[in-house]
Amino acid sequence: MDFKLTAEEEAFRDEVRGFIKEHLSPDAKKNPNFLAGWLKAVREKRWVGFNWPPEYGGGGGGIMEQVILKEEMSKAGAPPLGLCMMGLQWVGPAIIEYGTEEQKRKFLPDILDSKYQWCTGYSEPQFGSDLASLQCKAVRDGDEYVVNGQKIWTSLAAWSSWIILLTRTDFTTADKHEGITCLLVEMNSPGLTVRPIKNMAGSSHFAEVFFDNVRVPVENRLGDEGKGWAVTISALAHERSGISEVAGLVDQLQELVELAQKTTRNGRPVSEHPQIRLRLAKADAVIEGMRLNGQRFLTKQLKGEPLTSETSINKLHRAFLAIELGDLPLEIRGSAGQYRDGSDEPGMERNRLPSGALDWPNVVIGGGTPNIQRNIIAERILGLPKD
Amino acid sequence: MEESLQQRERLLPGNLARTAGTGCEAPPPLLVSGLLATSGRANANLDTDGSMNFGLTDEQQILSNVARRFIEERAPMPKVRDVMESPEAFDENLWSEMAGLGWCGLTVDEKYGGAGLGFVDLAVLLEETGRGLLPGPLASTSLAAAAISEFGSDEQKQRYLPSLADGSAIGTLALLEASDTLGPEGVAITGAKDGAGHRLTGTKSFVHDAGIATLFVVACRFDGKIALAVVPSSADGVTSKTYRTIDQTKRLGDLKLDNVLVPEGDVLASAGKGDDALLRLIDLAAVATAAEMVGAMDRALEITTGYAKERIQFGAPIGKYQGVKHPLAEMFVDIETSRSLVYYAAWCVAENPEALPVATARAKAYASEAFTRIGIDGVQLHGAIGFTAEYDIQLYLKRSKWALPAFGDSAFHYERLARLGGY
Repeated sequence: MDFKLTAEEEAFRDEVRGFIKEHLSPDAKKNPNFLAGWLKAVREKRWVGFNWPPEYGGGGGGIMEQVILKEEMSKAGAPPLGLCMMGLQWVGPAIIEYGTEEQKRKFLPDILDSKYQWCTGYSEPQFGSDLASLQCKAVRDGDEYVVNGQKIWTSLAAWSSWIILLTRTDFTTADKHEGITCLLVEMNSPGLTVRPIKNMAGSSHFAEVFFDNVRVPVENRLGDEGKGWAVTISALAHERSGISEVAGLVDQLQELVELAQKTTRNGRPVSEHPQIRLRLAKADAVIEGMRLNGQRFLTKQLKGEPLTSETSINKLHRAFLAIELGDLPLEIRGSAGQYRDGSDEPGMERNRLPSGALDWPNVVIGGGTPNIQRNIIAERILGLPKD
Repeated sequence: MEESLQQRERLLPGNLARTAGTGCEAPPPLLVSGLLATSGRANANLDTDGSMNFGLTDEQQILSNVARRFIEERAPMPKVRDVMESPEAFDENLWSEMAGLGWCGLTVDEKYGGAGLGFVDLAVLLEETGRGLLPGPLASTSLAAAAISEFGSDEQKQRYLPSLADGSAIGTLALLEASDTLGPEGVAITGAKDGAGHRLTGTKSFVHDAGIATLFVVACRFDGKIALAVVPSSADGVTSKTYRTIDQTKRLGDLKLDNVLVPEGDVLASAGKGDDALLRLIDLAAVATAAEMVGAMDRALEITTGYAKERIQFGAPIGKYQGVKHPLAEMFVDIETSRSLVYYAAWCVAENPEALPVATARAKAYASEAFTRIGIDGVQLHGAIGFTAEYDIQLYLKRSKWALPAFGDSAFHYERLARLGGY
């Protein structure tokens, strides 16, 4: 057991801190082209796709340095290292693992350069949590697949140029996990329509995606025909340990503590209310638990053991925290928490904190609901029978 | 180095085979040479890459395996049930065997007859004793030894540690009084100056294993300031009495001091250092307790999961139903997270002392809350058989009730965390 960094790791951390100091100074942020400059600078450092193979533009770095990089960036409140979120998080890693040479050369550099967005076509109206039963149909026709069907809850669909799509090419298999095929599809393909869905917080970041005889070249199939489930599983496993989220959660908690200290009710700071103190302290313990769980997962990875279902532990903690840290600002504010944007009265200025009380489903439902995470733990780790 | 190796060998399976008459295999030669190559540091990292490592060393894994096998073979549940019915829930033979394995002096310096290991190793061991609900004053003795090791003079260590390490003495902490206030503000008993010492009169309450302890580390006040004093049970004016607790495997009671003379040489920490010493001791005790809790929670989940796989209702094992499998998954999440928090706190004891209070508060608060739920859910998920005296799961529920307030419950530690966090 040793939580200390090696000399090389410390040197790398100092390098990251130095870079942040230089590129995130208040002056640098005033530059209207700040974000473009930032993206270019981190790209030149080869910090985008830090552990991706260098031959496709990645950094070829180690897991530990990657964690250090993410942690330092998160602590500094830095902008993202790239704008192609899903590309960096799982589409790219899936292409690295299952893609052809041509696919790697075609897609990976664009993801690293934030050229366009990727979205993820997994859930369907009838098959959300039961993803492996999906029915979106792809039929081979010469050098193309012809796709018909519908996807839903597709985040960023309206902003994306490409979609990583799960289709069914074989409807006769005994096991529903067989016969699934993964295709990479251009969003401007003829026959593909996007219809945004407005969520309860008022934004439309997800959408329905319809496929009406959409033709996809066979060269855009990722992995073997009928073996798309393995691609999905591998892609989701790249969501890793959750460590990189911790610094942001620590900041969020600190903001809540400060809010509770400066908000008074019945003539006393809300931070003196025992129940609020208890809830803040409990959130603190869960965040630290996530960090330490993440370090245990990381240790496994560093020893070369694959990460499996244990990452569901932190996903459940993340879900609890998304709801709890979203609700607390409202409860700390009391009656003023009922306003959507604050009021004009002194001390009732516009809400500084995001309206987390309505935003949490993005985090809680996306990537598998809490009950699905509980199924995963119960069945894959505890060995209980499938239901 | 020689001595150190002898101590280390006591922890190895070969020695267990000699002591306990079990059929353990001798350690593979490679593993032994691996152990030879390690430094004397308790939590030295055996993985040679030197990177961040939140895992047990090979040595710790051996300790854990040996402990589990010893408990399975020498103190399985029928034996635990026998021992828990005895007046002090204590079995002398079992205690000598534990001492023979080097457990009583696990963290005591080799100079004083201990194994010279660290608090992480102690946590590894206590996780196993907690898992097996192993009765006996192992945690109490380890904590008394830790108090003397941390705050005692060389002379005091020489005087007290060897007998604690070889199991001939049984130690315990006497921190609380009837006010049930954990910390300096709960210490009222005040010494009256008498020649080259002080005389103590009063009652220390809720003292673990008070009936069998031969040595008490007593929190008291000298000249208004907190002090820690070593009081042998043989001293004039000392009486102790234990009571049965909600957990049949544990005893708790009073230490009565009637004009007991504490010579200056028996004072571990005083003169302004007593407050810090007492607070650190509470942290060590809370971490040790939480380590036992992790093991007990883990076993409670194992028992309940096993039952959920076997018990058929509505034509299927009940573990197939989400109403059963989801609470089991939640238990798993709580146990793994408790384990992370507890081992980090144990690591902080030696490696990051400034972070220990916060790490302890998180660990004991979270683990106490988790075990409370797990104790209840464990019994509940069993249905009627779960609350029969014959079935073991109910003993884990009782352990959870015992462990909750021990060295601070979740409300205490969450509030402490809030205070330490500045809110």
